[in-house]
Amino acid sequence: MSKKHVKQLEGRPGQTSPLLALPTVIFLTIGIGIPILVTIIYSFLDRAEIGMGVKWHFNPTSYKSLFIIENLDGTTGFDSRWIKVLWNSFLYSGITTIVTAIFSIPIAMWIATRDENKRNILLAAVTLPFWISILIRTYGIRQIIDDNGPIGTIMHKLGYAHYHIIYTPTATLIGLVYVFLPFMILPIYSSAERFDFRMAEAAYDLGARRWTVLRRIVLPSIRPGIIAGIALVFIPALGSFLQSDMLGGGKTNMIANVIALNFGQARNWPFGCALSVLLIALTLGFVKLIQWIGKKSTGEKVSFI
Amino acid sequence: MTTSHTAPKRRRLVNLRNFPSFTAVSWGVLFFLYIPLAYVLFYSFNSSRIATIWQSFSLHWYSVTFHDPDIQRALSNSIKIAIGATIFSTFFAVIAALGLLRMKRAGSAFAWALIGAPLLIAEIVLAVGTLAFFRAVNIPLGLVAMTIAHTAFCIPFALIPIRARLGQLDNAPFEAAADLGANEVQILRRITLPLLAPAIISGALLAFAISIDDFITSFFLSGPGSTTLPVFIFGMIRSTVTPEVDAISSLLLLFSGVVLISSYVLNRRRR
Repeated sequence: MSKKHVKQLEGRPGQTSPLLALPTVIFLTIGIGIPILVTIIYSFLDRAEIGMGVKWHFNPTSYKSLFIIENLDGTTGFDSRWIKVLWNSFLYSGITTIVTAIFSIPIAMWIATRDENKRNILLAAVTLPFWISILIRTYGIRQIIDDNGPIGTIMHKLGYAHYHIIYTPTATLIGLVYVFLPFMILPIYSSAERFDFRMAEAAYDLGARRWTVLRRIVLPSIRPGIIAGIALVFIPALGSFLQSDMLGGGKTNMIANVIALNFGQARNWPFGCALSVLLIALTLGFVKLIQWIGKKSTGEKVSFI
Repeated sequence: MTTSHTAPKRRRLVNLRNFPSFTAVSWGVLFFLYIPLAYVLFYSFNSSRIATIWQSFSLHWYSVTFHDPDIQRALSNSIKIAIGATIFSTFFAVIAALGLLRMKRAGSAFAWALIGAPLLIAEIVLAVGTLAFFRAVNIPLGLVAMTIAHTAFCIPFALIPIRARLGQLDNAPFEAAADLGANEVQILRRITLPLLAPAIISGALLAFAISIDDFITSFFLSGPGSTTLPVFIFGMIRSTVTPEVDAISSLLLLFSGVVLISSYVLNRRRR
């Protein structure tokens, strides 16, 4: 038996030389790695005096200006604007995660308990939004909550014409929940599908009430799905741009909007890069947290790819 | 008597798998998911100039959409980028999935971090980073820049089904081929790739869908005259909203629906 043959038998089906992966690694170093590196470097540079870009001069001022404002007369003071943006991003993403989870658990359980034909159709129905552009879905929900849309018309008829949803933080939240709901339903469903309902029946036999069964038997069993759903909703919600831009009105509601502003009209690339670095750090911190929680509560490693 | 309070007051046959109100909540969620899409579809047949005010049924805005040269140009840009990104990202995903199987854990950690990055890091961060990098090395904004960026973030999506399929493969055909003296290239061509073909097609479809729907990356990397369809629609929504937005959105909805249903049918037939 040749050495090569032994290797093939011991290996995993389909394996080839690791060198085959090299072109992908090189491409991604250029397409992903270097852009992240450039972002980190630019965040420590000065902004260009005119137009876009940076001046090659080391200056951590972008990080300082996250918290400190320099007044025109040279004095400095505490600046709460960007902290508020950060807080907003966390708050909106957190509320979105909780609301989507509250609605996703019932529908995921419900779909999992239908007969096979119905289940496949319902599964397709919650998967379809994945294939539809987020821009179009955000536009759709905007038309619904617009002052001239159905919600606005109903509120007008009920005498609440002075109350507007569109261009408020509530509108941003509705948009985020709408867009990210399928991201929560599908992972919870894949856990619920594997749930053995004889366990619930056993609990009923032992005298448990519905609420107890739900809380003590069902919820712990679908916990891996809920944890995956939290990661899949919270992370993209934290970096979301379109919902606060199209629905929230104000242009500086969430981190992504401020980053976009600094690469657009404000033309302060280093500050935009500093915010990007902050967003990367927050995301990775959250990933570590969710992996730790996942490992602690389910004993399995939460994997993102 | 102490047993009376434990005895059920009403004896009714109940399905223990149903939790009260779950059905109502579920229909509510489905309604919430689909009502905005149905609304856009309905209002695309509006004859009015204003998207939110219904006048009468008309195909006027579809005719406007089909004859709009800007939309045709944006659509053709979107398709060009999506085809390029699909081909390149699927290729990179296949070779990465195969090559990384035999790499040591420490060596592949960096590769997996790069591949997984677009799933974790906010798209806007990668988009502005790529913009800064491309400007620094004088890569002009436009179709080429967008195709490179789309390829990068489509790789993990193309890779997911391929990797899942690789994990399910049985070692027997590989052992048999090796026993019969096939070399690595022959095994790759005659065994691995044919077995992976369905997963490669799924991955390519996913990459195409992700690329053609992309807004943020294209928004920052599109140069003058190279707008994609989502960037163009975003501009339309920003300015005056006519039912043309609803018409073009409905066409895209229909397209997504057809893609999903055909991939669903393909999957069923395979089983």
